[in-house]
Amino acid sequence: MLRFAIKMMIGDRIKFLGILFGLIFSTFIITQQAGIFIGLMQRTYGFIADTSQPTIWVMDPEVQHVDDIKTMKATDLYRVQGIEGVQWAVPMYKGLIKARLPSGRYQICTVLGLDDASLIGGPPIITEGSIENLRAPNAVIVNQVGAQKKLSHKNPNNPSQTIPMQYGEVFEINDRRAQVMGFCKLTRTFFSHPVIYTTFSNAIDYAPKERNLLTFVLVHPEAGIKPEVLAKRIRKATGLGAYTSKEFKKLTIKYYMTETGIPVNFGVAVLLGFMIGTAIAGQTFYNFAHDNLRHFATLKAMGTTHRTITKMVLIQATLVAFLGWGIGIGLTALFGFISSSSELSFKMPWWLFVLSALSIFTITILAALISLRKILKSDPVVVFQQ
Amino acid sequence: MSKTIVTCNQLKKSYGDEKESRVVALSGLDLTVQAEELLMLVGPSGCGKTTLLSIMSGILTQDSGDCILFGHDLNKMKDDQKSALRKNKVGFVFQAFNLIPMLSALENTTIPLILNGFDPQEANSIAAKLLTRVGLGSRLDALPSHLSGGEKQRVAICRGCIHKPGLIVCDEPTSNLDHQTGIQVLKLLKELAISEKSALVIVTHDPRIFDFADRLLHMDDGRIVREETNGT
Repeated sequence: MLRFAIKMMIGDRIKFLGILFGLIFSTFIITQQAGIFIGLMQRTYGFIADTSQPTIWVMDPEVQHVDDIKTMKATDLYRVQGIEGVQWAVPMYKGLIKARLPSGRYQICTVLGLDDASLIGGPPIITEGSIENLRAPNAVIVNQVGAQKKLSHKNPNNPSQTIPMQYGEVFEINDRRAQVMGFCKLTRTFFSHPVIYTTFSNAIDYAPKERNLLTFVLVHPEAGIKPEVLAKRIRKATGLGAYTSKEFKKLTIKYYMTETGIPVNFGVAVLLGFMIGTAIAGQTFYNFAHDNLRHFATLKAMGTTHRTITKMVLIQATLVAFLGWGIGIGLTALFGFISSSSELSFKMPWWLFVLSALSIFTITILAALISLRKILKSDPVVVFQQ
Repeated sequence: MSKTIVTCNQLKKSYGDEKESRVVALSGLDLTVQAEELLMLVGPSGCGKTTLLSIMSGILTQDSGDCILFGHDLNKMKDDQKSALRKNKVGFVFQAFNLIPMLSALENTTIPLILNGFDPQEANSIAAKLLTRVGLGSRLDALPSHLSGGEKQRVAICRGCIHKPGLIVCDEPTSNLDHQTGIQVLKLLKELAISEKSALVIVTHDPRIFDFADRLLHMDDGRIVREETNGT
């Protein structure tokens, strides 16, 4: 009878396609919006993920997320270095500084100053040049995307064409000379400013004059000491904020989740997808059941038990759910593939597959159960009505 | 002595809750149906024929009285037990054919066998033989929408008889058919039922087919008002 149930479902082409469309649409909206949201959230801590060497980040205790720049006293570096269990602790500067390009155009950039001696905290992938190039006077390494887009300049011979920032090119950061000595590849971050790496001493020369210019202290524990334990020890001893990379990512996500409207906006879209999918699939499934009431009543009259009819309806629901989810996921993956070269943030972790499958199967089973109630309550006597 | 298939004693059934709007369909009806008998129920619309058919086939419950089907008191049976009894021992032929439109003639015919646990291949083979016997050998894969009224009714008859039920109930089996086709369909129905020693209960308005009946029961106001046996 299950074979017949499938034929009954597929045989009614218009309703079958209607239910399928509802579920495909629902899957697409749920996974696509959730995928963009996940991508966006991952971007918020892209800088932490790219800076892999330190296991502990020390900062001003009021810092709420990775882009919340609050400086510490220079002496805080020595306080951290003096704590038991610290293998090394190096300074890092992070700030937004205006760069003046050869064309005369200004562009705000994120400037990162690395410890002069060790260059710890540098970019994960250098595509041209070397991290050691930063030891040259006024040397900077620029991220590829920034060089190709916001730091590019127009071709004087063809204004519609842009020329990326070139290796060896000289420009100004806060009226001081900077020379491009390399390019790097970074994870896209929430803000799309170009990223410029230089040494800590260069960075504080570039930075507007302030009393304190130490943004982070990057720390690594001695062998055998757990980062969480050391972070706690630093917090206790200095009163500063100290987090492991994982904790710092969580802090950043928490800020965006609780202090911005992003999750609500995406949550509404995901919920809308769920509701529209439920409405379309539910309504069409219900209509399908209603139109087939006479056939189900005939089967009941012929001796089909409620159990078999329940199985038939559930197999019909499972079939459309599986097809709808599969095609919807396929469309989302296609969307992800097409948008991979764009600015759009989109990530599709494995658990999104599981969650979307659960959502779609819930929608369909819900629709099926509502329809099933009508079928099971129907009186088989209708078979004798013309 | 032939076996009794259905025994109804003082069957009563009415529809509607309000006293004023209550419609009495059966008012203390007595009836027996014997094996290999072709019984026709005739009478004006609303006289209770279809209600009686529904009760004796176990798909409607009477308000009072007893209905014994194949020795089972339907009053004492649960829904699943009644379903099992219908599945094994009752065949249905409906006025509107009630074929499932998405299934082929062959698939529609196999349904009672599949419900009774037959292997699909075996069911297909039995159904194909039966459909060929009634002249539909070349229409096995046709969907109901591609069949004529007579062909649809022949498929419905095959579906009603294929599992060799002891009782076949038919509701107006010829009303949607022209005279010639109606006669052919009834001959076929009788032939198949007799070959399987089934009892046949037919509700009809169609006087053209009265001659096929072994017994003709005239109903009015929920009662049997006159009984004719073949030749009287």
